[in-house]
Amino acid sequence: MSDTHAQTVAYVREGMLEQQAPPTKEAGAIRWLRENLFPTWLNAIMTLVAIYVIWYLLSGLLPWIISPTWFSGSLSECREILTGAGQSTHQACWGVIRDRWDQLVFGFYPQELYWRPVLALVVLLAGLAPILFGRFPKWFLGFSMASPFIIFLLLWGGPIWFPVMVALGFVLGAVAFRSAVRFNQIVGVLAAILVPILFWLFLAEPIADALTSVLPIGLESISSKQFGGFLLSIVIGVAAIVLSLPLGIMLALGRASDLFIVTKLSVGFIEIIRGVPLIVWLFTASLLLNYFLPPGTNFDLTLRVIIMVTLFSAAYIAEVVRGGLAAVPKGQYEGADSLGLSYWQSMQLIVLPQALKISIPGIVNTFIGLFKDTTLVLFIGLLDPLGLTSTIRASTDWNGIYWELYVFIGLMFFIACFSMGRYSLHLEKKLQREHR
Amino acid sequence: MSEAVTDRTVNRSAMQVSDEVAIEINSMNKWYGTFHVLRDINLTVNQGERIVICGPSGSGKSTLIRCINRLEEHQSGQIIVEGTELSSDLKNIDKVRSEVGMCFQHFNLFPHLTIMENCTLAPIWVRKTPKKEAEATAMHFLEKVKIPEQANKYPGQLSGGQQQRVAIARSLCMKPRIMLFDEPTSALDPEMIKEVLDTMIELAEEGMTMLCVTHEMGFAQAVANRVIFMDQGQIVEQNEPHAFFNNPQSERTKLFLSQILGH
Repeated sequence: MSDTHAQTVAYVREGMLEQQAPPTKEAGAIRWLRENLFPTWLNAIMTLVAIYVIWYLLSGLLPWIISPTWFSGSLSECREILTGAGQSTHQACWGVIRDRWDQLVFGFYPQELYWRPVLALVVLLAGLAPILFGRFPKWFLGFSMASPFIIFLLLWGGPIWFPVMVALGFVLGAVAFRSAVRFNQIVGVLAAILVPILFWLFLAEPIADALTSVLPIGLESISSKQFGGFLLSIVIGVAAIVLSLPLGIMLALGRASDLFIVTKLSVGFIEIIRGVPLIVWLFTASLLLNYFLPPGTNFDLTLRVIIMVTLFSAAYIAEVVRGGLAAVPKGQYEGADSLGLSYWQSMQLIVLPQALKISIPGIVNTFIGLFKDTTLVLFIGLLDPLGLTSTIRASTDWNGIYWELYVFIGLMFFIACFSMGRYSLHLEKKLQREHR
Repeated sequence: MSEAVTDRTVNRSAMQVSDEVAIEINSMNKWYGTFHVLRDINLTVNQGERIVICGPSGSGKSTLIRCINRLEEHQSGQIIVEGTELSSDLKNIDKVRSEVGMCFQHFNLFPHLTIMENCTLAPIWVRKTPKKEAEATAMHFLEKVKIPEQANKYPGQLSGGQQQRVAIARSLCMKPRIMLFDEPTSALDPEMIKEVLDTMIELAEEGMTMLCVTHEMGFAQAVANRVIFMDQGQIVEQNEPHAFFNNPQSERTKLFLSQILGH
C-alpha cells in the first residue's frame, strides 16, 4: 500500500471544501406551504377539500359548544336564557357542569372535608415528581415512599396507627430481606414476603388498637361508599398504576427465569388473568368473593376493585416488559455476569433500565387503557363519573341532560390520557442514548 | 494482519511467568444438547502466562474461554480458577467472575451508562468500593488505555476501538488476576485494531495472565508464550509461538496456518 506515490495519481485535491448555507429561496414559510400543501394540482385540490371538511365540522360544532348557559341552574333555565337571547335551543347547557362540579369531582365525600382529597392530590403530585422527573435530592425520595400512607390517611381517615402499621410491615420486610439474604438469596426473598404478611395478620391490629387507645390521633373516618366521581377514578387508577408496575416487572422476570416452578406460576397467572375480560374480574370481586370469604368479614369493595384492576394490568405490563427483556442483547447479560454482578444486581442495574426504556410506549399504553377501564366499575355499582351521570339525571333540574356531561367527562379523560402519552414521549427522548 | 504490531518494540523480558497455577482444566467436556463441543480438554495456565488460542470457526475456542468464567457450563471434568473449583455453587461462580476479567467481540458496554459509570459499576456494587475511590481507579485505567477525556460520554458516542479499550479498562477496574479476550479485534476496522492490540501488549508487559482467542497472528508472535490450536472441540497442538508458526507438527495445523498466513 505504501508503495503508491502521489505523482502517479491523475487527480489530487489541494484543499477541502467548507460547509455552505443552502440557497435562500429554498427556506421559510413559502417553501413549507409549497412543499406540504400545494406541491401538485391533485394535492392542491385535496388540500382545499380538507379545509372545507374541517370548516363544515366546526361550523356545526362551535355554535353548540359556544353557549351562554354557564350560570343556569337547571335545564329549563337554560332554555329561558337561550330563547331570551334569541338563539336556537339546540345548544349546550353547560350549567350542569358548574352546578354539579363538586359531585362530579368528589362524589358524595362530605363537603366540609373536601380539603382532604385536595391535599391528597398535592401530596400525590409532590410524591410522584422525583420519580417522574428524577431531579430531586435523595431525601425527597423518602417523602415519595411515605406519600401513599399519607394519602391513605387523608382520604379514608381513621386513626393514624393503621397506615403506620402497614408501613412498618414494609420496613420489617426490608430489614428481614437484608438480614436473611446474607445466608441465601431464596431465604432472603421468602423472609421479605413472609415477615410482613405475618406481622400484618397477627401483630399489626392489636398493636394499632393498643396505640389508638393510648394516643387517639387521627382524622374523621370516611367510608369508601362516599367516594365517587373523578376522585374514585383517580384513586383506583393511580393505585392500580403504582402497584401494577412492580408486580408486572416481577411477573416478567418470573416468566423469563430459569426456575421451572417460578416460570410456570408466572405464565399461568398471566394467561389466566389476561384471558378473562376485566368486567368478569370486577363481578368476581364484587359478588363471587363474598362466597369465599368467611361470613362477617367486611372487605372494602373499592379495595377489592383496586386489587383486581392491579392484577389485570400487571398481566399486561408483564407481557410488555417481557418484550423489553427479550430486546436487550444477550451480550448485556454476559457483560454483567462477567463482572461478577449477582442476578438481582444485573437485573436492577443493567437489564431492567434498558428493558424498561424499550417498553415505555407499551407500558404507558397499558396505563392509559387501565385508567379508562376504571369507568367499568359503574357496572358493579360504584359511582365513577359515568355512574354519576344517571344520578344527576335523576334530579328534576337536570332530567334529560346527556351530551354535556359525556363531553365534559370525555374531555377530562382525554386530558389525563394525553398527558400520560406526552410524558412517555418526554421520557423516551430523555433516555435516548444511542445517537446524541 | 501480522504487520499490525511489528512497529512497536515489545518488551518480552518484563513478562515473567511464575510457577503458581492460575487455571487448571482437567479432562473437561461440554455438550450443547447432544453436540459434543469440547472434548477432553486438559490445560494448565500459570500465573503471568499469555496464551493465544486459535483455530477455525466452530472449533470451540470461544466456548472454552467462556467456560473459565462460567458463561457456559461444562458437563464433566474440572475447572479450577485461582484455587476455586467451578461448580453450580453461585458463591464460587461470583468469586471466580470477580477475579477474571473478560473482553468480548462486541464490547458489551452498557449503553445507558457513561464510560465512568461503566467502569465504576462493578467495583462499587461487587467489591463495595467507595464511589470516590472507584472513580479514581477508573480514571487511572482510562488514562492507561488513553481515553480519560471520554469519561463522561456514553458508549454510543465512541468509536469501536475506543469502546473496546473502555471494555478493557472496565475489566481492569475490578483488579482481575486473569484476563480473557474473546476475539477482541474481530469487529474492528484495521485502523482500530492496532490501538486495541497496543493496549493488550501493554497489559502483557505488566505480567497479566491472559487467554486470548484471536486471529491476530502478529500479536501471537509478539506476545504469547504459548499458542494453542483447536479443532473440532479438541486441543490439536500447543507450542511456543516461534516453533508453532515455523514448524507446526500436525497436518491440520499446517493447513490452517497456510490458509491464514497465505495471503
